[in-house]
Amino acid sequence: MTPLDKTKPAANQRPKLPQELNILSVLIGVAIIFEILGWVIKGQSFLINPQRLTIMILQVSVIGIIAVGVTQVIITGGIDLSSGSVVAMTAMIAMSFAQVGTYARAVYPELTDLPVIVPVAVGLGVGLFAGMINGFLIAKTGIPPFIATLGMMVTARGIAKWYTEGQPVSFPSDDFAAIGDGVWPVVIFLGVALIFHFGLKYTRYGKFTYAIGANPQAARVSGINVQSHIIKVYAVAGLLAGLAGLVTAARAETAQAGMGMMYELDAIAAAVIGGTSLAGGRGRIFGTVIGTIILGLMMSGFTFLRVDAYYQEIVKGGIIVAAVVTDVYRQKKRAKAS
Amino acid sequence: MLSSKTSKAVKAYKENLTETVLEITGIRKEFPGVVALDDVQFRLQKGTVHALMGENGAGKSTLMKIIAGIYTPDKGTIRLRGDEIRFLSPLDALEHGIAMIHQELALMPFMTVAENIWIRREPQNALGIIDHKKMAAQTQELFDRLRILIDPLTEVRFLTVAQRQMVEIAKAVSYESDVLIMDEPTSALTETEVEHLFEIIRELKAHGIGIVYITHKMNELFEIADEFSVFRDGTYVGTHASSEVSRDDIIRMMVGREVTDMFPKIEANIGAPIMEVEGLTLDGVFKDISFQLREGEIIGMAGLVGSGRSNVAETLFGVTPATSGKIKISDQEIVIDSPGKAMAQGMAFLTEDRKETGCFLPLSVRENMQIAALKESYSRYGIVDQQSINKLCVEMETALRIKTPDLDERIENLSGGNQQKALIARWLLTKPRILILDEPTRGIDVGAKAEIHRLVSQLASEGVAIIMISSELPEVLGMSDRIMVMHEGHMTGILDRKDANQVKIMELAAR
Ligand SMILES: Nc1ncnc2c1ncn2[C@@H]1O[C@H](COP(=O)(O)OP(=O)(O)OP(=O)(O)O)[C@@H](O)[C@H]1O
Ligand SMILES: [Mg+2]
Repeated sequence: MTPLDKTKPAANQRPKLPQELNILSVLIGVAIIFEILGWVIKGQSFLINPQRLTIMILQVSVIGIIAVGVTQVIITGGIDLSSGSVVAMTAMIAMSFAQVGTYARAVYPELTDLPVIVPVAVGLGVGLFAGMINGFLIAKTGIPPFIATLGMMVTARGIAKWYTEGQPVSFPSDDFAAIGDGVWPVVIFLGVALIFHFGLKYTRYGKFTYAIGANPQAARVSGINVQSHIIKVYAVAGLLAGLAGLVTAARAETAQAGMGMMYELDAIAAAVIGGTSLAGGRGRIFGTVIGTIILGLMMSGFTFLRVDAYYQEIVKGGIIVAAVVTDVYRQKKRAKAS
Repeated sequence: MLSSKTSKAVKAYKENLTETVLEITGIRKEFPGVVALDDVQFRLQKGTVHALMGENGAGKSTLMKIIAGIYTPDKGTIRLRGDEIRFLSPLDALEHGIAMIHQELALMPFMTVAENIWIRREPQNALGIIDHKKMAAQTQELFDRLRILIDPLTEVRFLTVAQRQMVEIAKAVSYESDVLIMDEPTSALTETEVEHLFEIIRELKAHGIGIVYITHKMNELFEIADEFSVFRDGTYVGTHASSEVSRDDIIRMMVGREVTDMFPKIEANIGAPIMEVEGLTLDGVFKDISFQLREGEIIGMAGLVGSGRSNVAETLFGVTPATSGKIKISDQEIVIDSPGKAMAQGMAFLTEDRKETGCFLPLSVRENMQIAALKESYSRYGIVDQQSINKLCVEMETALRIKTPDLDERIENLSGGNQQKALIARWLLTKPRILILDEPTRGIDVGAKAEIHRLVSQLASEGVAIIMISSELPEVLGMSDRIMVMHEGHMTGILDRKDANQVKIMELAAR
């Protein structure tokens, strides 16, 4: 081993670009493609339209919040399929504590006009609880994350339907609706992303998360309580899904049992497109944020081009697979090196 | 001294006898930020053992991986029996008769020994269904020939590191290749097994197979190698017959400087007992282990592979909690049922298998070093005090002379010996009171070995109590104040430094 040339600054020696740059270039690529298609097909700009971009980012904020939680789960080498259903469950339950007294058919007629903190706490609590159950099942019984969270996916959706026997829950207080007002969802998304970006990088919680994903046995021997940490990670993912449920309900000013359908897959896609490895031990929140925006750009771009919704789903499916294939290919290349 | 005439005749005779199988010239290989090999040459004769020597990170494994088709060189030629070739994949190389045993073991833990050996070449019946019976029989036949005593139908995860190594060796032999590359095959073996391996090697040699043998152990070089090549910092230094040089010559070639004595033990003041173990038992694995460890004392653990040394260490550290027995630390009885509990008592444990239970391969060298220390210190309200721990990491990098472009490099990209050093650093950063080392110098080069011995000695003189497992008897004898010998899960004796010697230890170990 000889340094290439000791006199040169290190930056020149390493063609090793940060992973973020890859993802950013994909984002720019996607944006440019839609821009060109926009001019070719519709004769107008796709990007230079602040309103469209605002709507786009508003739409994906909820996915983004979930994706942050899912990213840290994937970093431990796990997966969370329950987040979409948890969104519905928390939306329903939280909303039932946020209704106004003037509405005659409230779920709890005696419990109306409560301060906004109550539905928020209930919503976060429900999400946290669901996540803890996921984590507990995975850590203590050793069943695969895929199965445990699949169970929660079905159960939580069931609870959401059972809660009001399929009826939507509506008429929230103004304070509650304000959570979903204007750009608040975006602010919440970026705030959560920022906290977890630093959290994963600079806290013990983050370092242990990566270590467990990289090698659980070595993590245990290094003194990490792997089981309790796994529970924490899934609990946090549940908490964020709960938060996403609150935002969804507040924004729609109603809660329905069918809400959040397939959000878990969008969130997983955002994380994977953003460079988080399904093999564990690798991934960044920054990447997930970009991945979320890429997803949003594509949805908004397809709508802009008036591509049929069916095609949109087909293409989205293809992109998720492509992202995973890229990840697998990256691992292989790494194993072979150079 | 031979007359020039006879020596010429001998030379001509030798030239007739030996035939070059493999010849490599002008090889260069760069990784981002490092030149791993530069203008390197190497040649292997039929029916000989050619050793590769060099410090950690000199480029030995990289060169062998190029030959075995894992890496492609940036420059240079490889000739196999005179024809220029370039392998595109390990499979390609195998088909051309080149097999390699890797430095890091790579068997699949949940498959049986037989399945591991014949993977991709499973015997099949007419319907294309794997014939497990035949596969087991083939394995047994192979094991009989190599005199290996392992059941072909056990799953690999139940085997010890040494047994896995033997399986890897058998697997490589089963390819019946012309060239067999062995990258530090003995780093996990005790002397009996090393002897066993050497018998196998001699037999292969007699069948005309050319063997490349990477090792850091000098005595092996003189025992088994016909010739050897030395590499330093990615460059080729020279090739010599092993009969014509001395140990010191080789070290000088490798390191480019003089290296001090191997075991500079500093006499430490042995203090109060810090750990007392009474009747420690793990059902079915080991039984009734009792001893007392004092501050500043180094207890060496000797024994054959499978004698339960590593198991005892794992139990002391709470990896596999004991089924009965007592552990007292500083006069207090403690139930150690998880590594976290052990660490809270100031214990540290360097494990034997750096790939399975040591390295976090996708993470950086820095993260790998820090992880254990974060448990107890260097963080406030959960936020890591990156600045102060970084400083210590850099100190460790220099103290242990870890060769890496920088601390943010993935540990995966470091050479085996340098990974080992990073793991040692991990545990030193926890500032332990009781340090358990399982094969601490595994895969570490001569110069750095002395450095690590010095470090361990120094820790002891600062009052740290140390338990050291090593398969190298000279290391155990040189470092330890007392030597505990194990045999089949029982402790067969504890010898004082002054009474201990190889013969006594072997008697107790092989009773
Ligand atoms: N895949 C890789 N990516 C980047 N650098 C690498 C890679 N593989 C090896 N290197 C670097 O190349 C150098 C040579 O490594 P190599 O593994 O060949 O050393 P070695 O002589 O086998 O050492 P050891 O005795 O410790 O096993 C090292 O400095 C290592 O960091
Ligand atoms: Mg090596």
